[in-house]
Amino acid sequence: MLLAPAPLHIPDGFLNLVVSLIFWAATVIMVGLATSKTNQTLGEKQVPLMGIMAAFIFAAQMLNFPVAGGTSGHFLGGALAAIVLGPWAGILVMTAVVAVQALLFQDGGLLVMGANIFNMGIITAVIGFGLYRTVIGRNKNIRLIVAGMSAWLATMAAALLTSLQLWLSSTSRLALVVPAMLGVHALIGIGEALITVAALAFIQETRPDLLDKEATASSGGRGWIVAGILVSLLAVLISPLASGNPDGLERVADDLGFLETGSSKPFEILPDYTFPVLGDTAISTIIAGVVGTFILVGLLILIGRNLRKNRKQ
Amino acid sequence: MHINAFDRFHFHDSFIHRLDPRIKVVVTVAFILSNAILPDGSWLAFATAWLGLLVVNDLSNLGLGYSFKRSYIILPFILVAITAIFSPLGNPLAEWDLGFVTLIPTDFGLVRFFSVLTRSWLSVQMAILLVATTQFPDLIHAFEHLRLPRVLTTIIAFLYRYLFVLTNEALRLLRAREARSAGLPGQKRGGKLIWRTKVTGSMAGQLFLRSYERSDRIYNAMLARGYTGHLRTLNPHKMTRADWLVLILSLFVILFIQFVGWVR
Amino acid sequence: MPVKHQPVYEITIPECDGDVLQIQDLHFAYPDGHVALQGVSLNLCEGEKVALVGPNGAGKSTLMLHLNGILREDGDIFIGGMSIDEQNLPIIRAMVGLVFQNPDDQLFSPTVFDDVAFGPLHMGLPEDEVHIRVEEALAAVQMNGFGERLSHHLSMGQKKRIAIATVLAMRPQILVLDEPSAGLDPRTRRALINFLDELPITMLISTHDIRMVKELFPRMIIMDEGIIVADGSTVELLNDAALLQDHGLEIP
Repeated sequence: MLLAPAPLHIPDGFLNLVVSLIFWAATVIMVGLATSKTNQTLGEKQVPLMGIMAAFIFAAQMLNFPVAGGTSGHFLGGALAAIVLGPWAGILVMTAVVAVQALLFQDGGLLVMGANIFNMGIITAVIGFGLYRTVIGRNKNIRLIVAGMSAWLATMAAALLTSLQLWLSSTSRLALVVPAMLGVHALIGIGEALITVAALAFIQETRPDLLDKEATASSGGRGWIVAGILVSLLAVLISPLASGNPDGLERVADDLGFLETGSSKPFEILPDYTFPVLGDTAISTIIAGVVGTFILVGLLILIGRNLRKNRKQ
Repeated sequence: MHINAFDRFHFHDSFIHRLDPRIKVVVTVAFILSNAILPDGSWLAFATAWLGLLVVNDLSNLGLGYSFKRSYIILPFILVAITAIFSPLGNPLAEWDLGFVTLIPTDFGLVRFFSVLTRSWLSVQMAILLVATTQFPDLIHAFEHLRLPRVLTTIIAFLYRYLFVLTNEALRLLRAREARSAGLPGQKRGGKLIWRTKVTGSMAGQLFLRSYERSDRIYNAMLARGYTGHLRTLNPHKMTRADWLVLILSLFVILFIQFVGWVR
Repeated sequence: MPVKHQPVYEITIPECDGDVLQIQDLHFAYPDGHVALQGVSLNLCEGEKVALVGPNGAGKSTLMLHLNGILREDGDIFIGGMSIDEQNLPIIRAMVGLVFQNPDDQLFSPTVFDDVAFGPLHMGLPEDEVHIRVEEALAAVQMNGFGERLSHHLSMGQKKRIAIATVLAMRPQILVLDEPSAGLDPRTRRALINFLDELPITMLISTHDIRMVKELFPRMIIMDEGIIVADGSTVELLNDAALLQDHGLEIP
């Protein structure tokens, strides 16, 4: 079963037009940014490097390893790519991987490719690199532990986002798809984390210069830390809500008109748009969570900036 | 070992094979887009689209059932859509009490489920036909001329070229692991999970380093032939009148499918 | 594969006063401190076919990387009388056709055509000329009509030939090959030897294949530990058993 489709590669038809286009737009923006960033910061040498690395991720996805009970862990590689190559190059590499999987093997669709790239390439890079970035320069064990955690979380976030997209397209019921996807990927994520850590440890031992070089080459990213933490927190916040109290989320989507757009009215993007009722407990929890996270991260940035200023003076 | 099984291109000669790859890409995307737009339960339109697929199958000399036989690839994903059957938006058809949860299939849910399935099934067949009738390098050229960022198409070209080389390398590593994974009767085979993943991780690391060093050598080979950071390629494709005709005709067919789907 | 070939490839070699390549006292150390070359000097004349032999790590590949400026360090290298500097680099890279050992590194494009066209395109040649060059180079390696083939579908022997075609398309004045006969089965190796024999172009070829050297190359250079330890007639050097033994070479 070399080419068994991973459960994260959404085929065409499973997402509706609106969701597909929204994620295509987000992906185009991020990939466009990545293109211009890599053009600016990376030398001409990086083009063959990124190409070979994309082939590497592809080949490494074949290195499944036996987990208990006859299942085998598959490797996504998004977090590893972002950690080793830097986030922008990682995004481009994963974009190419997802595109070739869709084009060559129909593993994932074309119209939904934006969503697939976003889930498996962008979210994984943001979380994978963002969290890892916080411990660059720390000792080896801490870095490896954080890398493993970020790889696991990246897998979970990708699974969560996939479930949400399926639900927003009214292809799946939230109450069923979220626990199922998260349950499966909690296991797959462990494999992902272990392989990421072991691969990093191997590289660390044999060619530590590579890790240091790549890390410093893209070390500008304080924004990545923020984004990484933010997205991770969002994932952690939404997961229990989505699986524990799905009716709340479902009602938001219903109020926003998503579920109906999904099924029959693709031309009316967000019709009869109404603000969700704040009185509902589930909704206010989410909003409070999101707002709280924003405030927290904002405070952290402010404090960080002040500290840096003080040090300079 | 050769993994040419990766190549989904079929060496046939046909009218469809000779079409400009850009046309094929545009028509494929338009077809998939059209499926996504069609309303749930527009079975007549779905059937028309399927007829269109049959025509393309036939024109490609691949045999009528070619794309159908390979469309099983979406099967694992059906599991995800099954939950749509229990959509709360429609009229309940039954009530299944499983103890911990009560499932209520609805008419709306059933229509939704089969519509999702049909859309996916039609779309994947067109994508299968696209790669079966177009050499992958031609697809890359098509994307280049459809204004995808050059960096991205170049990465994809490298990915395609070295996919085979590196996968062979990965297989050699796997075989080396296999060859040394002996088991003694009465002993538990394979060691602890942590140890096994460590072995796999080391293989991934090994593969990474080999790839990294290879990229150095490739870069040198590029430099030796005058690479200065800007990649140049030729456009081997010229749009003919037949290409334009096929494009226009196909788009009309797709419009017709939409018409069938929306006018009742 | 035919055993005897007609030379198809014609090149115009401009006037060069005996020296296509001139290296004077070349030194090189890698960034990690490893000293690879410590004072290499050699001359190559037009039409000469020279073998470069020596154990692994002798500095052969490092020397080759210097010949078209991928590595640059102190010491003077002149190609056709031109020194290698930033300004001359594009011309030098067209003049020295460097073919790497592993054709999977040399052939980095999806199709044969794209790969053979890479050099001419980066020389800035117009489209028509690029097509002519590709045809010509593929004909020179007896691979006419392989342009549309995918690189990963080729056999090892075919890949080696296409790899040579990728530089022939740039009409180089010196062909520099790194271990061309390594990893070939006897028949493919024989075909390659015949082909190299008939290619009317100056050649510097690094190899461990002493039997091929004996057959094909009148002149032989032995390198060891970053220096040239012998440079002269192949027949004479191969008779010097002590010399060969000292540098880990086997008498054929």
